[in-house]
Amino acid sequence: MILSKEYITQIRRALVLAKKDMRLYYFKGPVIIFGVLIPLFLFLAFSIGRSIPINSSVSGLLAMTLFFTATAVSPVIIPWETTMRTLERLVSTPITLSTIILGNIIASFIFALIISAVPIIVGVLMGATIANPIILIVGVIIAALCFSSIGILLSTPPSSMPSTIMMLASLLKFPLIFISGIFIPVEQMPGWGQAIAVFSPLTYFTDLARHATQGVGYFPVIMDIGILLALTAVFLYASIKLHKRNLSKRL
Amino acid sequence: MNGILRSVIEVDNLTKYYGELRAVDHISFEVKEGKIFGFLGPNGAGKTTTVRMLTGVIIPDEGTAQIMGYDILKEPIKAKEVMGIVPEASNAYVDFSAWSNLMLIGQLYGVPKKEREHRADELLKKFGLHERRNEKVKSFSRGMKQRLIICMALINNPQLLFLDEPTTALDVQSARIIRDMLLELNKDGVTIFLTTHNMEEANLLCDEVAIINQGKIAAIDSPERLRTKIGKLNAVEVSFTSPPNMKKLSEIPSVREIKKFGDKVRLYTNNPGEVITHIVDYTKENNSQITTLQTLAPTLEDIFVMLTEEKEVN
Repeated sequence: MILSKEYITQIRRALVLAKKDMRLYYFKGPVIIFGVLIPLFLFLAFSIGRSIPINSSVSGLLAMTLFFTATAVSPVIIPWETTMRTLERLVSTPITLSTIILGNIIASFIFALIISAVPIIVGVLMGATIANPIILIVGVIIAALCFSSIGILLSTPPSSMPSTIMMLASLLKFPLIFISGIFIPVEQMPGWGQAIAVFSPLTYFTDLARHATQGVGYFPVIMDIGILLALTAVFLYASIKLHKRNLSKRL
Repeated sequence: MNGILRSVIEVDNLTKYYGELRAVDHISFEVKEGKIFGFLGPNGAGKTTTVRMLTGVIIPDEGTAQIMGYDILKEPIKAKEVMGIVPEASNAYVDFSAWSNLMLIGQLYGVPKKEREHRADELLKKFGLHERRNEKVKSFSRGMKQRLIICMALINNPQLLFLDEPTTALDVQSARIIRDMLLELNKDGVTIFLTTHNMEEANLLCDEVAIINQGKIAAIDSPERLRTKIGKLNAVEVSFTSPPNMKKLSEIPSVREIKKFGDKVRLYTNNPGEVITHIVDYTKENNSQITTLQTLAPTLEDIFVMLTEEKEVN
């Protein structure tokens, strides 16, 4: 009972931190615009001139938007707070490091959910249909959590230079969008491509988005959801362990 | 304040390694309730590492610390809830206003909304920031930022306050405001743990000081007792109507060292009384008279330099 009270207190404080992160880092004009524009432009660059059905466009654009927004700001918050000397202030308050990480993830999760609504709404207005709204909602929620955890994992190197972390994040993010079935569905990839695709968390959300919008996918829905949940747990666990290990190197 | 004071900080064998370096080396001390405790040491001596361990920011490799009865290793959240902290490398959120910063920290300490707002109002008035409470912190001067950081440390009304170099690089006025506030807080019963480079500050504020060097406590006592304890830094300073005979003066028994400063002669001794008697005899024998005479006790800075230099030589 006492333990659960302590957990509730920490969750409440994580929400306070999430609100702080949203006000300070997320809900800024440029961040929101880039959150929508970068995936859109990337998608247009690869889809213009090819006759892609609207439902395929929506699933691909949704996957990219969710992935980019959930991993856009979360990797740099802790390095940025190290540089600005606010991290030590936070660490010295009665919150655990896991609470700080949870706060970062909640902010990233909410931002990703809100921005990912844009391609869905635009798609529906342009005539796309949602074959399975439940899969869409569940998929977006789990994937937003999973990708936010990747964002936090990317912030673990004890660098106080946000630019270093941004570079590291880009090195990981851009190759992933090409191997995750966004532009070419997994079943149409060559054998080696399929072998690589199974290692990308984005593959499973892209597949879920196709199930939701087109009613077809490569993996079973339950497998997509199970793998995304398992990966979220692994990324969260690794983030907490690595951040704890690296904290004294940061301060 | 009568009777036996309880210890609000109890440190036992606290140790921290950074790779091969033993940054803090098995230190033990106590801080009694209601005191201002100064933690002095040269750069790299282990002051900030000690404060970080005591405030639960980093985990010690060996030893323990009890903060207001809570073990900082076993109950870090409870220990942090009863203390206020002004870390050395700390800043407020510059894109937030002073008010938003206080509300944020108040929420993280779990201070209820009404109490939080009342306390923030009170603190901002006390520290001269109330009129600018809604301005972004990025427009504040360094002194104003530091005052805000102290307000943030006090939002939970702590009974124990840790300050790591709070007046370093501040203008004279801001440093004075902070020192006056610390004395006022202490008068209200807040125990203060202060690390500082400024010996004058330590001398003015602290009931007790610990000098740390190369990770070890070199001395711990009240500033006055430290000054009398370190006898070899006592001296008699004298000037005469005629030029002093340095050779004769250096032959006075119990004079350890003799130095000339302008028209004054400083005789270092463990026994100032005996030296004064001999000086009087010297004036009679040399047809001279004493112009000025005073005994000098070492300053805290003398003691600090002596203790930290001795260790370095060793």
